[in-house]
Amino acid sequence: MAGYLLQRALALVPVLAVVSVVTFGLIYFMPGDAAATMLGPEATQEQIEALRESLGLNDPIWVQFWSWLTAAVTGDLGTSIFMNRPVTEVLMDALGPTIHLAIQAQLLAIIIGVPAGILAARKQGTGTDQTVMVGALMGISVPSFLLGLFLMLLFGVILGWLPVAGYRPIEDGIGESLQYLALPTIALGAMQAALIARMTRTAMLDTFSKNYMKTAKAKGLKDRVSLYKHALRNASLPIITTIGQTLGTLVAGAAVVETVFNIPGIGQLIVNSVERRDVVVIQGVVLMIAVSYVLINFLVDILYSVLDPRVRFTGGDS
Amino acid sequence: MSTENDPRAGAAGASGPAGKDDITVGSLNRFNKTRSRRSKFLRRFAAHKLAITGGTILTFVALVAIFGPMLTGSPTAVDAANRLQGPSADHWFGTDNYGRDVLARVVEGARVSLLVGAITALLTSIFGLAIGLYAAYNRVADAILMRISDGLMAFPGILLAIAIMAALGQHSTNVVIALTIVFTPYVARIVRSSALVVKEQTFIEALHAQGASRSRIIWINMAPNVLSPMIVQATFVFADSIITEAALSFLGAGVPPPAPSWGNMLLDGKTVIYNAWWMTLFPGLFIMATILAINLLGDGLRDLLDPTYKGKGATGRKKRKAAKKAAEAAAAQREKEAVGGTQPVVPAQATRAAEFETTSRRPEGQ
Repeated sequence: MAGYLLQRALALVPVLAVVSVVTFGLIYFMPGDAAATMLGPEATQEQIEALRESLGLNDPIWVQFWSWLTAAVTGDLGTSIFMNRPVTEVLMDALGPTIHLAIQAQLLAIIIGVPAGILAARKQGTGTDQTVMVGALMGISVPSFLLGLFLMLLFGVILGWLPVAGYRPIEDGIGESLQYLALPTIALGAMQAALIARMTRTAMLDTFSKNYMKTAKAKGLKDRVSLYKHALRNASLPIITTIGQTLGTLVAGAAVVETVFNIPGIGQLIVNSVERRDVVVIQGVVLMIAVSYVLINFLVDILYSVLDPRVRFTGGDS
Repeated sequence: MSTENDPRAGAAGASGPAGKDDITVGSLNRFNKTRSRRSKFLRRFAAHKLAITGGTILTFVALVAIFGPMLTGSPTAVDAANRLQGPSADHWFGTDNYGRDVLARVVEGARVSLLVGAITALLTSIFGLAIGLYAAYNRVADAILMRISDGLMAFPGILLAIAIMAALGQHSTNVVIALTIVFTPYVARIVRSSALVVKEQTFIEALHAQGASRSRIIWINMAPNVLSPMIVQATFVFADSIITEAALSFLGAGVPPPAPSWGNMLLDGKTVIYNAWWMTLFPGLFIMATILAINLLGDGLRDLLDPTYKGKGATGRKKRKAAKKAAEAAAAQREKEAVGGTQPVVPAQATRAAEFETTSRRPEGQ
């Protein structure tokens, strides 16, 4: 187990290295003088020079990268040029609503996606299967921000049932919070549910063809028992993987859906920063999400090997 | 269907003129077979209802994008007297908050979206093909290129695109650059995994023995054999780029106004959603229809370019089911393998990729 852990952990190093180089490099993607672009046309030469100095743009690139990296590792992501506040602080403020939305959407997706996938697998090739699969294809074809706009139009504007904008944390009461987050949650959860349904179906069909399922049937086990106790249990690993792997995309998706519903989260922060070309903030957001994505995948890997010891012995070097 | 969509035709074409002294490919034989194969492909395509539906919708949108602007008025002509008018005989899709014709803007937006999607799909195919082939061919290149693509794939696509746009600045060309950086790794991975299989084939060994040059083997002998999975993946990149471009423009980080794109039209529409539903509905419907069409077409192409697919009919259906089942089982296996190694992949693509990889590993016509 320790060897396996070490091996997995070592595999993270090159990925994290590329992630940090790309994030750091963003400032070099900027055409012309980065400091001048960030400050806009009204900035004076002294201001630009001061910013260059504080960003360390006058140092050799290796020195810059090293100081940026060591600072980032200790949680210092620089200072927002526009807001004049540490990026870490700004990020923490914006993170709450985004995580809330992402978790709620994930739960909804699991509640819908897993049973739908099981149903489709059990009725493989029938109308039910096709309905679920077409539904899933639709779910994947409608981008979440667009679904959000459509839901807003239908339930918010035409029917007037739900608020179309804003955010209430859970502390303001679960009912109220749910009301505000209902539409964004559905908008974000739909695509996720579609992905989970597809994966569940595939994984279930895979287990159905296994010999132990034949054995279960041969010994007269009830369908229900063999379905949940044998098939679902074995199929749960790829499903968990899908859920883990999609967390990063889900957070990014939450950021987009947030802007539809004016929820003050990471999405709003990104949009505002893009408008102000506050690249330091963007670097912070991107780095944080990518790194948490890599780490979550690592944890899912570990969880996987705990749940299924076979992985440790056979899947270690793939 | 042009020949580009039939990799076998492409393969024969590529080895046709150069193949006279090529004892391993059997180019003459293949050349004769090409025509019958192509018509078989077309027949199977015609029998695939979903692919046909997708192709029809996409063709319609493409025709709208090409010829529409000649029929509609200017997409940027401001008419202050007719702001926020609902759909009418004059303005079928209504007018927006500047009095601009929404139909004209949707039509022009189709042009922008399809163009961005198509150019991105083309560029990612070219880069993905080159990177994937060299990675499959050379171990050192493989280690470096695949670690870089792992790293790029650790960023959620939309987020990386936003970040690049924030750095580069708002411009249509920059959208294409950003999307190409985001999606190339996905194509490269698919090409690499198919190429690794092709590389082990006897005919490549024979070419080595004959002393064929590296670039000859890579570009003339290996490339044609990885085209079909690449084309399918390119189809999905096409769809994903359209979605991502729309999202970018909606966030104000994509195609800059006043040029219309479906995404920035939705952004305009959102601010007046209480007064003008048509500004949200029509561009939205066009995005939805286009993406659905491309996904259907992609799924269809995947089935059709898959050698295990046997068409329909009483026995054919059974066979197909069996093949599908096997493919799905293998897909699940791939998923597990993907977990065994740390390959941070966006699941939509991973699943598609896995589904395809397992069925497309047999190189065509060898």
